Amino acid sequence: MIKPESLLCPRPAGLYCPPGDFYIDPTRPVDRAVITHGHSDHARAGHGAVLATPQTLAIMAERYGAEFAGATEAGPYGQTAERNGVEVTLVPAGHVLGSAQAVVRWKGLTIVASGDYKRRRDPTCAAFEPVPCDVFITEATFGLPVFRHPPDHEEIARLLKSVAQFPERSHLIGAYALGKAQRVIKLLREAGWERAIYVHGALERLNRLYQDHGVDLGPLAPATSNTKADFAGEIIIAPPSALQDRWSRRFPDPIGAFASGWMRVRARARQRGVELPLVISDHADWDELTSTIDELRPGELWITHGREEALARWSELHGVKARALALVGYEDEDDD
Amino acid sequence: MRAFADLLDRLSLTSSRNTKLVLVRDYLAATPDPDRGWALAALTGDLSFDAAKPAFIRKAVEERMDPILFRWSYDYVGDLAEAVALVWPARPGANREPELSEVVDALRGATRAEVQRLIEGWLDALEPTGRWALLKLMTGGLRIGVSARMAKQALADMGKVEVAEIEEVWHALHPPYEDLFAWLEGRSDRPSAVAPGRFRPVMLAQAIDEEVDFGKLDPADYAAEWKWDGIRVQAVCEGGVRRLYTRTGDDISQSFPDVVERLDFDGALDGELVVLRDGRIGAFSELQQRLNRKTADAKLIAAYPAGIRAYDLLSDRGEDTRTLPFNLRRKRLEAFVTPLIAYNIDLSPLAEFATWEELAALRATPPDGDAQVAEGVMLKRWDSIYEAGRPKGPWFKWKRDPFLIDAVLMYAQRGHGKRSSFYSDYTFGVWTQDELGARVLTPVGKAYFGFTDEELKGIDKYVRDNTIERFGPVRSVRAEPHHGLVFEVAFEGLQKSTRHKSGVAMRFPRISRIRWDKPPGEADELPTLQRMLD
Ligand SMILES: [Zn+2]
Repeated sequence: MIKPESLLCPRPAGLYCPPGDFYIDPTRPVDRAVITHGHSDHARAGHGAVLATPQTLAIMAERYGAEFAGATEAGPYGQTAERNGVEVTLVPAGHVLGSAQAVVRWKGLTIVASGDYKRRRDPTCAAFEPVPCDVFITEATFGLPVFRHPPDHEEIARLLKSVAQFPERSHLIGAYALGKAQRVIKLLREAGWERAIYVHGALERLNRLYQDHGVDLGPLAPATSNTKADFAGEIIIAPPSALQDRWSRRFPDPIGAFASGWMRVRARARQRGVELPLVISDHADWDELTSTIDELRPGELWITHGREEALARWSELHGVKARALALVGYEDEDDD
Repeated sequence: MRAFADLLDRLSLTSSRNTKLVLVRDYLAATPDPDRGWALAALTGDLSFDAAKPAFIRKAVEERMDPILFRWSYDYVGDLAEAVALVWPARPGANREPELSEVVDALRGATRAEVQRLIEGWLDALEPTGRWALLKLMTGGLRIGVSARMAKQALADMGKVEVAEIEEVWHALHPPYEDLFAWLEGRSDRPSAVAPGRFRPVMLAQAIDEEVDFGKLDPADYAAEWKWDGIRVQAVCEGGVRRLYTRTGDDISQSFPDVVERLDFDGALDGELVVLRDGRIGAFSELQQRLNRKTADAKLIAAYPAGIRAYDLLSDRGEDTRTLPFNLRRKRLEAFVTPLIAYNIDLSPLAEFATWEELAALRATPPDGDAQVAEGVMLKRWDSIYEAGRPKGPWFKWKRDPFLIDAVLMYAQRGHGKRSSFYSDYTFGVWTQDELGARVLTPVGKAYFGFTDEELKGIDKYVRDNTIERFGPVRSVRAEPHHGLVFEVAFEGLQKSTRHKSGVAMRFPRISRIRWDKPPGEADELPTLQRMLD
């Protein structure tokens, strides 16, 4: 069989496929790109041609304008595209709306570049689908055994309990603009919160985009629409950077919450002055990472970004050959 | 256990007193007996275990997972209990989560070997926050910033009673306090307060309003005493039980064995804890050397001998004297203290005066001796009973005017909690000369209150508009002779300090005025401060 490195290999611009002549999630402009999902470190503007799911293309157009690439090709989930004889199929990754794993097949060899993913249920996007493969390429954002995200509904229940406990204060939740914000809103709806949720201006366009794609977020209102006292007892969602910003002063004595996998570690919450950490992440936690590897048992595991060494060690201890790709340029939106 | 763990989790991440009070109050109201009682004991420091040593916990986790992965995890988290709580590889088929009271019961009855097996089972059954709380409890490492006083306030809020009522009975109660909760929930009478050596809630003074109060008060109705610069304590000896309490009821007997061994009486004294040498009071900074320690060795005691300057008597040989008027209590006190002949318990003298003008003169220029170091005077109505709390009218404090200087804002730091979007902690300096003789600013203190919310906004904007450099949460601010912001800073005293480059350290500094009008070049000089040294 051919060597996997001849099908996909790391290059300065990102993961490159020589026979198909395309990059996956390149970090600088290239001629041909396959984009796994709309987060800005994976989906950059200025490529010649882009293959991505229709939802990801819509997100990129919303963020960068309609001219974000020379040409685009929509690859709905499960549909196979061909590049010089290399087959590329986009399969749900469960990360955010439109997120996909790129399944790359050539001469009997299958490599799955999973992009960012998670395994737990997310009411705002399609669930991760495991695909048997020779090489599984995984992220390792939360690749340390300390990162174990609790069930989302417990985190939302803690938030709602706090809202009931402090009716004269507002709850200000920092949540990344793409994916996390909409998921938190949707989880609040599922938990029975029917009041209008106030949102920072920076979230409005993506909220609308989610709703256009059939994710019902319920009544939303701009966070500028009330007087200070009216925000008592309300929930406000804003990008994490707005939490400590002067913007937050419009709310009455807000309780700062932050929805992120990093909130699992107390020191991280303390560092940011977060009073109510919500451990809600769009990335796989340690248990999801290791159980995915166990389930797929790929011939080889390649690790792209995050805490590669711990995940590589775990894989080796469990009989799966692992290597770190040392790709650079991927930030972690959770950490914002 | 889950509710207790969630409570600790939230308490550990908030610095706001009001938030903590609500969290504790709601927990106590919603949690059944006996769990809430044990939780209360854990919060007030009346329940702690050293059932598990860190080494055991570490060994237990390393038996279950790769030690290298654990080490990386521990390095990342930085706290053993938290790291173990997060990584703990639970065995499948674990039992239900233990309740806090089950944990307490088991720990009280188990041998060390049994405890270790129990802990593993509990860790298997709990989720990460529960494991963290359990391990913190187990290793005696509950540090969540809730004082005993605060926990009692939360109890008072829960039962809608005065905190003094709780304090009155507190020392006669034992965990899990079921009788206390029954009373607070209206299911029974208030529990009995009789317990030898117990703490009695203290009576506090109001600050006098010179403009208003003196016009209404008759000097003949009041006794005056010096206000000493130590800490308020209550010294009790009853039925052989000797205790020294702070004014909030924290037991500090351990730290002051030299005082406790001298409590050769039967009663309860209210007084000031000070450093006392041959009848003379030492500086507050000397007392601090003792206050910072949990215990005291002979060397420390010899260097900073502690004593009590007594000013009230709450119990006299089994008789509760608090219902007597102050003039009778004072007579009893004099008769009680004088024959003690303890070299470190003496009587706080009264200051004689006939008119408010005379008292004002005394306060401004105290007579020679200890009165010189007093912080001001106290006024006590001759006919006032000893009433817990801060009643309006019977007792006043009239502090010496604070020291004032003009200093220049040098650094500003982000605040905490609801002030986290503001630069609200200020370091200010005064002028001095550097080695080359140039006029430069040297920091002399730090203050984070004394201004209104409106003024805070103004200062915050000034800081943002005049930032020179940023280091993390701190900004350095333009401070030049013709460009900068001057604060009038009030403080209670000044001490020599080797820790501060300027050589001085302020007591209780706060911003008294913002001098938008004053050019920084005209702010005070270091020698002015040096003349104010205690
Ligand atoms: Zn992503």
